[in-house]
Amino acid sequence: MAVALFAIAIGATVLLGMAAISYDIPRQMGREFRSYGANMALVPVGSPLISKEATDRARALIPPDQLVGMTPYRYEMVRINMQGYTAAGTLFDEARRTSPYWSVDGEWPDEPGEILIGYDIAEFTKLAHGAVVTITGRASNGGRFRRDMTVAGIVRTGSVEDEFIFMHLAEMEDLTGIAGGTVVEASVAANEEELNSLVARIASEIPDVAPHLVKRLTQSETTVLSKLQSLVFLVSLVVLGLSMICVATTMMTVVMERRKEIGLKKAIGADNRDIASEFLGEGLLLGCVGGLLGVFCGYFFAQAVSVNVFGRGISLDWRLFPMVILVSAAVTIAACLLPARRATAVEPAHVLRGE
Amino acid sequence: MNILELNGVSMIYGQVKALYEVSLTVEKGEWLAIMGPSGSGKTTMMNIIGCMDKPSSGSVVLDGQDLSRLNPSDLTAIRRDKIGLIFQQFHLISYLTALENVMVAQYYHSMIDEDEALGALDRVGLADRAKHLPRQLSGGEQQRVCIARALINYPSLILADEPTGNLDETNERVVIGILKRLHAEGSTIIVVTHDPEVAEEAEKTVFLEHGRIANIVKNAPCHDLASSGN
Repeated sequence: MAVALFAIAIGATVLLGMAAISYDIPRQMGREFRSYGANMALVPVGSPLISKEATDRARALIPPDQLVGMTPYRYEMVRINMQGYTAAGTLFDEARRTSPYWSVDGEWPDEPGEILIGYDIAEFTKLAHGAVVTITGRASNGGRFRRDMTVAGIVRTGSVEDEFIFMHLAEMEDLTGIAGGTVVEASVAANEEELNSLVARIASEIPDVAPHLVKRLTQSETTVLSKLQSLVFLVSLVVLGLSMICVATTMMTVVMERRKEIGLKKAIGADNRDIASEFLGEGLLLGCVGGLLGVFCGYFFAQAVSVNVFGRGISLDWRLFPMVILVSAAVTIAACLLPARRATAVEPAHVLRGE
Repeated sequence: MNILELNGVSMIYGQVKALYEVSLTVEKGEWLAIMGPSGSGKTTMMNIIGCMDKPSSGSVVLDGQDLSRLNPSDLTAIRRDKIGLIFQQFHLISYLTALENVMVAQYYHSMIDEDEALGALDRVGLADRAKHLPRQLSGGEQQRVCIARALINYPSLILADEPTGNLDETNERVVIGILKRLHAEGSTIIVVTHDPEVAEEAEKTVFLEHGRIANIVKNAPCHDLASSGN
């Protein structure tokens, strides 16, 4: 019986651990996925730029605990030594949050007049951090601007941004004489469904912007999460199946060991329902106690897995506790059905004469 | 008035006729002994009368009910309500006390009543051993617990299979004394035994041979309760 109890406790431990992890995976993995960049982009509607006010209104619609970062980008063509490049004005503090994968050789720009240049440009122009470059371009009033700026660092992104020059958004607005961003990128820790709901809300409440999901990220995130959850579900199913087999085998042995007792009980008046009820009742008790033990151990199991895999503790939904105990009881009762049937088939006459 | 009637009862296992065309009547309050060598059909007859087996042919009427027409569930109910079984091997549940072993029969019959179960143990002289486990009791005491369990639901018929087969002489006398007292109180008793001394206490002895009744002997009345103890 101890073996059956142990099997059910193990099953319940894994079930709670897996259920807790499965429940928490979107939150845990959502944060992990945010290291791959923004998953929402806002583009202007009806004007070439998004105003700061529209950006702030959009920011206010995203739950603060889900918003990892929100970065406006303003793209303009500039020249360095007569060579044309794309310059992006941005907020570097936010960019560090939305694009944590950027690798900067040198420093992130802090003071006005400091810029980041893409790796490809640095390779082409042989510029290094600390170099001073003269940037020229066309202002909104038709005139031209010209400013000496210091290369604070060289950014390597592994994508098209390696061909960009990054400067403070305020500085670009000052140089061009026009405020606003060409695009706003947002990194939101949410699943695809929540993101779609956010997109719809922003679109309906802020007519100046058109929000879009970065499908490449959101879809791969959804795919990975669903595959991971399927794996967790399968593992739980297999473990519960094994627990069930173990309990059924143990209970079958118990029936064999108690054949004489069952025969006696039937001889003195127990009917099949009495015998089956006794075994199923034992199964129910076993399931509840095993489930309770499993819930206790499963809590620590889930925490250990979460800390080791995701590097942070798990937030456990307490509703899982009664659910796991109920599932354990159901599995144990199901495992006891065949042994109970075998018990009811015991012939008292045969058993009592020692056959 | 007959409490039990066997009419042409046969029990055939393949080619083996364990019982063949056996007819017998037992009156209410009668004490009947069944004797015979091994393989003569005693146990088969006991199982059929005890509703643990159904005959291949013939009818068994117990307390007015034809057992051959009943399904297994009805036979269980008859066993529970009308028959008290006493076994040679006692068949007590090892992890239950003497009192609890008696109460098990109450549990399956109706509802448990500790005082009544204690009373049944008192009738067999074991009230002071009520809280003992079977392993803490002697063979004779275990058999007396078995008798108390058989009596607890006031059965119409007490069926005893070699009740003294595993007992020493002293305990055999105690058990025979209890059976004699039950008989004196009006219980109908059927005892399967190898022991002539036990059979002699019955009013009638049926001798079985090769599954048939070879002889029925009426014994001389012998109801000396005072000398049999308990």
